[in-house]
Amino acid sequence: MIDLIQRVFGKGNVGSKEIAKERLRLIVVHDRVDVSPRFMEVLRDEIVKVISNYMEINEKEMEMHLSSTNSSVALVANIPVNRMKREALLIE
Amino acid sequence: MGEVIVVTSGKGGVGKTTTTANLGTGFAVMGKKVVLVDADIGLRNLDVVMGLENRIVYDLVDVTEGNCRLKQALIRDKRYPSLYLLPAAQTRDKNAVSPDQMRQLCYELAQDFDYVFIDCPAGIEQGFKNAIAGADRAIVVTTPEVAAVRDADRIIGLLEAEGKHNPKLIVNRIRPWMVKRGDMMGIDDIIEILAVDLLGVIPEDEYIVISTNRGEPAVANPASQASTAYKNIVKRLSGENVAFMQLDVNRGFFSRIRRFLGFREG
Repeated sequence: MIDLIQRVFGKGNVGSKEIAKERLRLIVVHDRVDVSPRFMEVLRDEIVKVISNYMEINEKEMEMHLSSTNSSVALVANIPVNRMKREALLIE
Repeated sequence: MGEVIVVTSGKGGVGKTTTTANLGTGFAVMGKKVVLVDADIGLRNLDVVMGLENRIVYDLVDVTEGNCRLKQALIRDKRYPSLYLLPAAQTRDKNAVSPDQMRQLCYELAQDFDYVFIDCPAGIEQGFKNAIAGADRAIVVTTPEVAAVRDADRIIGLLEAEGKHNPKLIVNRIRPWMVKRGDMMGIDDIIEILAVDLLGVIPEDEYIVISTNRGEPAVANPASQASTAYKNIVKRLSGENVAFMQLDVNRGFFSRIRRFLGFREG
């Protein structure tokens, strides 16, 4: 992202503010990723609830975690689907 | 029953003590009864910023340990009849006081004073927990730097976790000319990241150095820009709706005329 900004504006012309802001945004995202196990549990339950309206999933095999790299944070979920519910097929 | 307000920041050196001194003095100038509590045990500074360092007899730990009565430890500021300071102990450490003791102390002070301002130490350990224990609301001070804003974000999270909701933000030491040329984060940038309400913006002002040298809070000097900004925060805290400072880069002739005519900025 910083590189992109620098490319758009021409390297050297970019105010250091944009660099500061982008670094800060990433740092804060990473800092906030450090959530409690309870938080992940609550999030997981909510997600399961929503998905279960449309498909039958294998909750035991389900995996979910926050994964962070240098430049981004992602919520990664692997949710095995046993079967689609009929309601889901009615949605066009 | 008065209001207990803690001034905190996470990172050191962003202006907690200066902010505490100026907001407290600002309220005292308005005639409110105010006590400033230095919760930075072991590294007290509020007494120096207030110019009251030679008048300390008892301190906060003397009160919590029962060596003196609360009233005996309060230093009255002779310049402002309704302003008092409760200094921190200098030769003790943060563990000399517990959150429960601070809660009790704040409760007692709030019986007698309109405003109780707590100057919180830097960091997130025991001293922080003590300082926020008895607070009704929290002010978070930051400067437009990556490290300071990051720490502010952490502090906001910890305040929420302790049930101190909706802390308000003061952005200190903004240099408008640097923001204008794109070399300093502006207010919008910081608010966007922290997602909290803005309470005020204090521009970088040399007079803060001078007033700290003298031990006289800047808020008393009408010529200083920071003073105007602090006064506006005092008004906002007491419920008035005051527009945010227009950070003019060129404080030229017309700007000065406007100020002279009473169109105050800040």
